[in-house]
Amino acid sequence: MRRVEVHLNRSLVVPMPNLVSDLQSLLDPQRVLHEREHLLTYGFDGTAAIGGEASCVVLPQTTEEVVSIVRYASEKGVPIVTRGSGTGLSGGSIPVPGGIVLCLVRMDRILELDARNLTLHAEAGAITQKIAEAADGAGLLYPPDPGSMKISTIGGNVAENSGGLRGLKYGITRDYVMGLEVVLADGQVVTLGNKCVKDVAGYSMKDVFIGSEGTLGIITKVLLQLVPKPAAKKALLATFARMSEAADTVSAIIAAKIIPCTLEFLDKVTIRCVEEYAKVGLPLDAEAILLMESDGHPAVVAEEAQKMEAIARECGAVTVAVAADAEESARLSTARRSAFSALARVSPTTILEDATVPRSELTKMINFIQEVGARHQLRIGTFGHMGDGNLHPTFLTDERNHAEMERVELAMKEIFDFAIKLGGTITGEHGVGLAKKKFLPGAIGDASLSLLKQLKKTMDPRGVLNPGKIFD
Amino acid sequence: MSEQSVLQSESAVQHRIEEIGRSSPSGPAGASKYLKHLDFSILQQCIHCGMCLPTCPTYDTTRLERNSPRGRIALMRSIAEDKLPVTPAFGEELYFCLGCLACETACPAGVNYATMFEEARADIEQAGVLAHPRRNVIRAFTLRFLFTQPLVLRAVGRLLWLYQASGLEGIVRSWNLPRLLPAWLRDLEPLTPRVQSKFSDELIRAKERPVKVRARVGMLTGCVQDLVYPHVNRDTVDVLLANGCEVITPRAQHCCGSLHAHNGELEVAREMARRNIVAMENAAGPLDSLDAIVTNAAGCGSHLKHYDRLLAEDPEFATRAVTWSRKLRDIHEWISQLGPVAPKANEPRTVTYHEACHLVHGQKISRQPRELLKLIPGLTFVELPESAWCCGSAGIYNITQPEMSKKLLDRKLEKIRGTGATVVASANPGCCVQLEAGMREAGREVEIVHPITLLARAYRQERQGG
Repeated sequence: MRRVEVHLNRSLVVPMPNLVSDLQSLLDPQRVLHEREHLLTYGFDGTAAIGGEASCVVLPQTTEEVVSIVRYASEKGVPIVTRGSGTGLSGGSIPVPGGIVLCLVRMDRILELDARNLTLHAEAGAITQKIAEAADGAGLLYPPDPGSMKISTIGGNVAENSGGLRGLKYGITRDYVMGLEVVLADGQVVTLGNKCVKDVAGYSMKDVFIGSEGTLGIITKVLLQLVPKPAAKKALLATFARMSEAADTVSAIIAAKIIPCTLEFLDKVTIRCVEEYAKVGLPLDAEAILLMESDGHPAVVAEEAQKMEAIARECGAVTVAVAADAEESARLSTARRSAFSALARVSPTTILEDATVPRSELTKMINFIQEVGARHQLRIGTFGHMGDGNLHPTFLTDERNHAEMERVELAMKEIFDFAIKLGGTITGEHGVGLAKKKFLPGAIGDASLSLLKQLKKTMDPRGVLNPGKIFD
Repeated sequence: MSEQSVLQSESAVQHRIEEIGRSSPSGPAGASKYLKHLDFSILQQCIHCGMCLPTCPTYDTTRLERNSPRGRIALMRSIAEDKLPVTPAFGEELYFCLGCLACETACPAGVNYATMFEEARADIEQAGVLAHPRRNVIRAFTLRFLFTQPLVLRAVGRLLWLYQASGLEGIVRSWNLPRLLPAWLRDLEPLTPRVQSKFSDELIRAKERPVKVRARVGMLTGCVQDLVYPHVNRDTVDVLLANGCEVITPRAQHCCGSLHAHNGELEVAREMARRNIVAMENAAGPLDSLDAIVTNAAGCGSHLKHYDRLLAEDPEFATRAVTWSRKLRDIHEWISQLGPVAPKANEPRTVTYHEACHLVHGQKISRQPRELLKLIPGLTFVELPESAWCCGSAGIYNITQPEMSKKLLDRKLEKIRGTGATVVASANPGCCVQLEAGMREAGREVEIVHPITLLARAYRQERQGG
């Protein structure tokens, strides 16, 4: 029933006859899963309508175990797909036929929080939320907050270079990685980067692995940068009768030299779904809702909130609600937080995309998405990070309806083509994986693609690391 | 025990739980009759985003995908799609699941896990993949006999009471006779709840009226509640009366069928639902004449509310079941909706609240019990960290999966200890039995009580001018 199954046109995937017993000799046999009932549950990640089936799953507990598995796989030419909690949204951790799934969730220790250097050192399988909590406990902040942070692993975040709601002000995962421990395709272990803020000794190789989706090496440890926790926070919620007014508000806020920590929006379809599901009293005739949040020093926060309110009104907001306290801030952000839940309930299949354009082109992009949806008779709800141009057009469909799925494909292609035309990209924070592989050449061009391929060939000459992802 | 041996035994338990979570016994597989015919969109609703993983007690313990809600759904879906037959490993997996429904609360896509879980277990039973002589006998005796015959159940309860109250139990224990039992039964012996001398029918009249009637309600007394905590039923009636409800309580009530539905006996569950509807109609007239049908047991309520779904295909009962479900209220929900009368008497104790899974996750009732507790003057309410995390009781899970159950109980007791409360309120007889056993074993003097009992006490004290 799944739409896309993983097929690879390479000789490499002839299943190894002794794969399971060989691996069982390398680590505790109990941590090598091969029964059908286990394999079926590692056949997917958070991506809609894409699946595969592994030959076996291994759960290493140390870097040394990872090394032994990689050495073995490299020698025998067996593909390895590395994963954490499997919450990816581009199919990056879908198993490769005949391959090993290397699941790092048992390497989940937070090794050190260094308050003097503002760093946190953790194993790749550590849960993002636990890292955020550890930082919070020390009065610090780990800013990247991807939607799946309650269960996503930090290794997965780095491999996908995840974003989140605070991207506009704080940047993304890449901006907080100071160092990595990586197991290379030949089994060598390298440590890249350190606690120094400045370090220009050689190429910045850690950056090569950030967002590499498990195709260049296996990240086993991560050294993160933390920042002081902002003392105050304030949220505002504005509704607009026209999408362009919401976009104007965003532009005017940036032009007024305010960088809010969140600037999130919902479109009409999303507003209706949220209201139907959460009944939070949103105006159903609104074309757009904008959630704005400022954080930092209390005095600055108060001033920024005041300015943002005035700007929103000047730009034509129908209503602007300003939170009086933290509790009300939380209530105002309910609408944004419920967006995905509300959309996901509408139909059996929910395809979450993340086309991204420069901030200045947002209105054009949003209008185009609405026009495409109408033309292909599709329900598309769009919400996302208006401050950084990262949109989440969400297709509400049913993968069993083949005719509709074909229209989804067409619409998706049109949306990506248009995003590229506006100077944007096919993925802002989800990665390419399998889901966007076919759109990559158009997005980055032949020369860039060939550079990517050269790099892959140099780093992984036998092509054992997550083959067939990002590109063939 | 020294610290080291505690650590060793903890890691042994962890190892054993992981073994169970991984367990893939060989054995003949069967064909699916339930999952295959289940509306596929229910299975398809899962978007495998993983948001359920951190809230699932089994996944949290083993971190194996198979032991997670989305993993289990993937297996169910594979069965529905003919990619996998009903195998013994699938059976083991679905009985490793607590059925706590924390995943439903966490799910952004509104997946109906409860239905899938029941259908899956029904498939496992009809396929017989877990068949074992001892298991078969126990199931036949409890599910098909004991819990379908209200009079027999109460007679057995009476015998158990006699055994406990006569001192015979004490003698048996002091002579260490339980050692003669097989190990699996011996381990269960301390869990045996204390049966009470009087059951609900002796404590509650068929019809009780307050001075001024605000509403007319039907009262469900349950079966475990009726045997072990009949006073909670009395307290519930008192709270209803204090809030102006006329209460109609059918006699010798049947089990609501949740035990059956959760354990793969969907047909028996349907029969129990029909009997309960008829019993309430006989006692109170058409269901529409009632303002509410009230239950105080979370596990029952979560099931009772879905009689509409359970009997949807039954031409004779479908409409009546819809009315039933529409009227069904958990007691906290109902009193809250009615606008509770605040008691005036003082209860100067520190109370914390453990949320029964089937109240918070199964029925999404979380605010109301806390509000009712806070209504009691003098009572100090402290929040319990992880209050919505399963205590390991989970129906008969503490019997079928003692290791995992014990691990969850220990975690819960630890959190309770941290609150410093001397009273733990919880609204499910299963949780109460589990927590009482845990406190007994730990030698701790903490009262486990239904929130409604605290409220009833306050009203009573007030009447007595206390």
